[in-house]
Amino acid sequence: MSVVTPPRADTAAARVRRRIVQMCGHARGGHLGGSMSLVEILLTLYQDVMRVDPERLDDPDRDIMVLSKGHGAIGLYAVLAECGFLPESAVAGYGRPGGTLLAHPVPDVAGVEAPTGALGHGLPLGVGYALAMRLDEAERRCFVVLGDGELQEGSVWEAAMAAAAHRLDRLVAVVDRNGLQITGPTEEVLALEPLAAKWASFGWTVRAVDGHDRDRLRAALSAPAESGRPTVVLATTVKGKGLPYVEDQVHSHYARLGERQLTRAMAALQQDTRAARP
Amino acid sequence: MSAPGTAARPAREVCAQLLAELMLADERLVCLDSDTGQFTRVDFGAAADRYVNLGIAEQNLLGAAAGLARAGRIPVVHTMATFAATRALEAVKIDVAFGNLAVHIVATHGGLSAGSLGPTHHALEDVAVLRTLPNLRVVVPADADDAAGLLRQCLDGPGPSYLRLGREGTPPLPPRPSPALLGRAQVLRPIGGDVTIVGCGPRPVRLALQAADALTASGVATTVLDMHTVKPLDVATLTAAAGNDTVLTVEDHWAAGGLGSAVAECLAERGTRVRRIGAPDRFFPYAGEHEDLLERAGVTAARVVAAAHAMLAETPRRR
Repeated sequence: MSVVTPPRADTAAARVRRRIVQMCGHARGGHLGGSMSLVEILLTLYQDVMRVDPERLDDPDRDIMVLSKGHGAIGLYAVLAECGFLPESAVAGYGRPGGTLLAHPVPDVAGVEAPTGALGHGLPLGVGYALAMRLDEAERRCFVVLGDGELQEGSVWEAAMAAAAHRLDRLVAVVDRNGLQITGPTEEVLALEPLAAKWASFGWTVRAVDGHDRDRLRAALSAPAESGRPTVVLATTVKGKGLPYVEDQVHSHYARLGERQLTRAMAALQQDTRAARP
Repeated sequence: MSAPGTAARPAREVCAQLLAELMLADERLVCLDSDTGQFTRVDFGAAADRYVNLGIAEQNLLGAAAGLARAGRIPVVHTMATFAATRALEAVKIDVAFGNLAVHIVATHGGLSAGSLGPTHHALEDVAVLRTLPNLRVVVPADADDAAGLLRQCLDGPGPSYLRLGREGTPPLPPRPSPALLGRAQVLRPIGGDVTIVGCGPRPVRLALQAADALTASGVATTVLDMHTVKPLDVATLTAAAGNDTVLTVEDHWAAGGLGSAVAECLAERGTRVRRIGAPDRFFPYAGEHEDLLERAGVTAARVVAAAHAMLAETPRRR
């Protein structure tokens, strides 16, 4: 007599995190920590907030998401797979020679709007998109997801100034504020605080949320913009979120997981999934 | 060099005015300015909402242009040559060239034309840097009419372009049988001479013509090409004109990496002799007008003539 195990409660975030870890098991590894930290941000954008349709990639009315922190690519691929932009099999092809799923995204990947990875490019692109949307009088929005370490690039602040000066209220920046960059805490490497005050002083509407709380993310990202003001959502997150033994660890930035490490990570995520059962 | 009063309107002014006219006819066009002051007297009329001054922030300028292009607009970006080529280079490379987007950079103050503004504003590296980028056209018109014509052609084509203009007005070139065609060298003195001079840009092309006149007067038949499109290079015309095995290039750019290098790279594979006349490997922190600095850099008709005679005095290898 076979034992029927009850179906485990599974969440989109848990599935996405398993895909991310699988990609880090690839020979070339991947940006683990910063991809795990943006899972809820991207899921909320794609599933709850943005008007996008994987069946209509070129829909001229679609909302735009630019992953300015291009090293979050495997997080994006995992979310795109979850949302039907990429087949599940594509994730397995990450890093394969000749393939287009690279460590930083390129527009050959369905759902990727612009190549990113050199830091500080996303917000200027967002300024251009938002200008075009206003000229088109289109009810579209452009979301730019930035890393916090990335805010050290001067081009971010050039764009921040321009977006406010030109009253680009179709532009929404989301900062994945996990507090860590390659060599240490952002506040030790090149301090960003007081971050909310900085954005506010540049003329932006600032909304601060727990970046792993989808309800709060949804509320912050869906709320209408103040007229004539761009919006920034400062999302506090945990680098490496979901894997207890790498959470908030600097070394989680890039990982190549061997077979044993991969097994251990997947097991940790299974526990996490069970813990998430309602 | 040129007599007073013969200088035409600066090509940058002509192009700014032309753009304002084209913007009325084509709603896709957007003029992005980096506070150059180029448009203070330009009336955009009904297209005024498509003139956007993004301030003194060239990285954002090029990135925003890419965003606009991805959203279906055709941005025409105005900045100084050296800022497009160096300060904003990564945005030109990643945001614009990689995407093969229809972003058109109108760059002023090319070469030493910034004169007394000094090395911070001299652009002696831009052609070298930008012609290495895939997809990006690099265009160096020789006078204001050519600049306007080539700008129109860039805007009609797919993909990005870099149009390099000077600062001040320069005298128009003598009339030519046909207008400049993007990607095609202008043959200013017929192919078949003993020597071939290839130039680009307003003053170098005039220097090439002056040198050709001097050479012809001394019995040396001279071919002259205006290679206004440095990328993509017109290899067919160049190789046809290089049959005499004696090719000189002249440009307002460091001798390294620019037109001379493009021509030499192309002709080296055929074993053709090439000499490059361009600015030597140093900076030019001297007061003076454009002509003064070119003279100091040795970019002169006399140097072209001397180099041509020296080449002809060498043992001819293939005639």
